[in-house]
Amino acid sequence: MALHFEKRKSASTAALFIVPLASFLASLALTSLLLLAFEVNPAATFAAMFKGAFGSWRAFTETLVKAIPLMLTSLGVALAFKLRFWNIGAEGQLVMAGVAASWVALFWSGWVPGALLLPLAILVGCAAGALWASVPALLKTSLAVDETLVTLMLNYVAILFADSLYYGPWRDPKGYGFPGTAPFPKEAWLPRISGRAHVGLYFALALALVLWFLLNRTRWGFELKIIGSSPRAARYEGIAVERNVVLAVLLSGALCGLAGACEVTAISHRLQQGLAIGYGFTAIIVAWMSQLNPLAIAPVSILMAAILVGGDQVQMKMGLPSAMGQVMQGMILFPMLAGSLFTEFRIRRSAPRAGGPAPGREGAA
Amino acid sequence: MDLVSSILTITIRAGTSLVIATIGEIMTERAGILNLGLEGIMMMGALSAFAAAFHTGSLAFALLAAAAVGAALAAVHAFLTVTMRANQVVSGLSITLFGSGLASFLGQRLGPAANNRRLVGLSGPRFGQVKIPFLGDLPVLRSVFDQDLVTYAVLLLIPLAWFYLYRTRAGLWLRSVGEDPQAADAMGIDVARTKYAYTIGGGLLVGLGGAHLSLAYTPGWAENITGGRGWIVIALVIFSMWNPARAIWGALLFGGINAVQFRLQAAGTDIPASFLNMLPYLATIAVLVLMTWWETLSKRVGAPASLGVAYMREEK
Repeated sequence: MALHFEKRKSASTAALFIVPLASFLASLALTSLLLLAFEVNPAATFAAMFKGAFGSWRAFTETLVKAIPLMLTSLGVALAFKLRFWNIGAEGQLVMAGVAASWVALFWSGWVPGALLLPLAILVGCAAGALWASVPALLKTSLAVDETLVTLMLNYVAILFADSLYYGPWRDPKGYGFPGTAPFPKEAWLPRISGRAHVGLYFALALALVLWFLLNRTRWGFELKIIGSSPRAARYEGIAVERNVVLAVLLSGALCGLAGACEVTAISHRLQQGLAIGYGFTAIIVAWMSQLNPLAIAPVSILMAAILVGGDQVQMKMGLPSAMGQVMQGMILFPMLAGSLFTEFRIRRSAPRAGGPAPGREGAA
Repeated sequence: MDLVSSILTITIRAGTSLVIATIGEIMTERAGILNLGLEGIMMMGALSAFAAAFHTGSLAFALLAAAAVGAALAAVHAFLTVTMRANQVVSGLSITLFGSGLASFLGQRLGPAANNRRLVGLSGPRFGQVKIPFLGDLPVLRSVFDQDLVTYAVLLLIPLAWFYLYRTRAGLWLRSVGEDPQAADAMGIDVARTKYAYTIGGGLLVGLGGAHLSLAYTPGWAENITGGRGWIVIALVIFSMWNPARAIWGALLFGGINAVQFRLQAAGTDIPASFLNMLPYLATIAVLVLMTWWETLSKRVGAPASLGVAYMREEK
């Protein structure tokens, strides 16, 4: 008798729901152990987190404020991951878009009609995100340079570049040394819905639908799927692999860029320190937990945002480090990854076959 | 001459953690496992080393703690990627996310009550310079022979790792697992066990690299103490072409960038600090592009052929 793994043609539907749920519960259990080790009551902590994230309408709008950039960056990350393009540069793409949108909002108001200032700031922001993502995309498709490291290194470069602006030439002269630019003119403010939650939410929800449609109901989406599962097969089918990868990664960067443009035009109304607070990394968890399905990204983003907001709350109320939220999020991924064995493979017990086929290598592309 | 010595001294000190971690990751990747969790492992190594040193006062215990924590986190990666056949890229990323989060959490929890349970801003035991008689007094050479004990150990580790990989039977087995797991399996090598052993061993070294940061290079605990070094190491492994003997060049290059940055800042230049701080990250990209370009030209860089691919041993 031997255990035998068979790659599934498509992921098991039941496992698709059970694995993320079980992972969330496992993460709660692991976090409880950590809290118990420090003699903190886990039940009280989780209750405080829940109350902090969903306890009132105001709390819920704050959860949405964090969920919006998460949804947008996760959509971007998921799109790139579909192609096995490991874009872990969402953070940098978000920051560069924030910089570009701020540039429009601060310096274009003299010669651009007021009504166009906001749309232009957002469009230029998206373009900057796409441009920042184009560097690893082109390096990968033309020279086969590993995109993981390039996207990651560009995060640091983008954050330092933004730093140099609001500590340097863009610093608000009336800001009493505060590291930030002057506030944007009101025409460049993205309208809010309730509390600080803004219309970026509508963008995110609409784009999730659009992306789902693109990936699942169009010829292009079908081509991307083939490229993702085997670039060799895609080439054989006559699909322009390089062009499609670049196009998808540009779109991925633009989505992450939209998150950054919304952050500066709707929340801070200026470029300031604290734009890069890790949304681009949490997006990786969201994308993976959503199994790269755009429709799942909205609810998962709200859950992850709730953990972040809840983490801040327990810091204020119980004096626990807010990094607890980060620890919890990290812990969700481990059982998720372990669970992929059950979603992607069928496990069978089989009697050893005499003269069976040679052991094959899986996933070699 | 004095300027050269001082830049070289800082270069070697800054390069130490990079060399240990690079050798660790070379061993891991030679077994066909890509571990992108280095940044998180290094962070946890730095944290546990400092916390242990602060509370026990023992540097030996601090190194032990960092090694154990590094090995434990790498064991999670090995379990997920070897046993559970999870995607190596995502598993590594999750180790980094988890490790950085946990280090930040513990950094605000493991300190003494007097410091509000924080470790930030405390000073503990550290590795000081131990000058080697005579050699440590010579010009220029004194930057090599006036270092801390960890650095000396690392200078010994480089030839040892090279010898192990290329001149011993165990090293041959390791390379064969990374190159062709099927053939290694057929030769009777336990592929899964090899992958586990070198992933864990590599993580142990990466943890020690983190320990050098918090015990010697920038003594003490600070949020984000690694500043992306774990990621730079991934590039250094490529730069070294998976050969421990070459690990030193990349580490010297990046240590040198750190040193020049440090000197320029101390001298007060007109270049904004942000731009100087970008240098290591831009250099990493440049190194990657050059190495990849060179690889396609010469076809002899030597990435283990099965790197990043899960080995499925179905039936036998």
